[in-house]
Amino acid sequence: MALNIELVGKQYPPQTYEVGREKIREFAAAVGDENPAYHDVGAAEALGHGDLVAPPTFAVVVTRGSQLAVIDDPELGLEFSRVVHGNQKFQFTRPIVAGEVLQTTASVHSARTMAGNDILTIRSDVADQAGAPVVSVFATLVARAVEG
Amino acid sequence: MAATVGVNDVEVGTELPPQSFTLLRVNLVKYAGASGDFNVIHWNERVATEVGLPNVIAHGMLTMAEAVRVVTDWCGDPGAVIEYSTKFTKPVPVPDHDAGATVDVSGKVIEVLDAGRVKVELTATCEGVRVLGMARAVVQLA
Repeated sequence: MALNIELVGKQYPPQTYEVGREKIREFAAAVGDENPAYHDVGAAEALGHGDLVAPPTFAVVVTRGSQLAVIDDPELGLEFSRVVHGNQKFQFTRPIVAGEVLQTTASVHSARTMAGNDILTIRSDVADQAGAPVVSVFATLVARAVEG
Repeated sequence: MAATVGVNDVEVGTELPPQSFTLLRVNLVKYAGASGDFNVIHWNERVATEVGLPNVIAHGMLTMAEAVRVVTDWCGDPGAVIEYSTKFTKPVPVPDHDAGATVDVSGKVIEVLDAGRVKVELTATCEGVRVLGMARAVVQLA
């Protein structure tokens, strides 16, 4: 089954993610990043944040569930076993901090086929409880052409 | 937000302090757990080589997470990163030995934007091979 390029613009139901201090610490520790703003609430507050601040790429943890809902959509026809990660982009309105409840709405941002490769960009818009934007995450996945 | 570097302290060409990051198999396991990305090519050498990879490879997002530390350590506030994007051009193979893989990251200011923002270009290499392409961050300076 080929990538269904007619799904461009399709939106998926929003998913909720509660940002935990220990998850931020775990993520930063896994990356080996000892930046105090990720571990020490006082250090984060000294920088003007309300709580521990999340590393920029922590947004992939927040958006993971909604991104999987797109990948697993049977209408999309993405051959996941052949997928490699092509591009990634984060556009922040403000940083993510511990303790907040975020809502992510994913959509098919673009879908095309080039030289037999299926190229899909999933857009995940993250907003706070008031609906104000926090970050938009763009992940481009490439399903490589079947050889021969 | 409180970057410790001011926009008046930089110009096009200003270099950020480079850093080297060592990735061992254990780092891939930790990142898999913390991120929820359990794709087998990041921890199972048999499967990785079966699908044509040279070895187990690091998560692209792990390399991306390490590379941006050159920016966040430099500017003083991780919250000052407004935009961050990259292409994943080559995989980072992580052999099963104590040295693992080393990713060398450098950065420089390539554009001064409005409102105290600058654009930084990052270069990330593993054994001399560029593993990230067009890796760029927009940073809000003081």
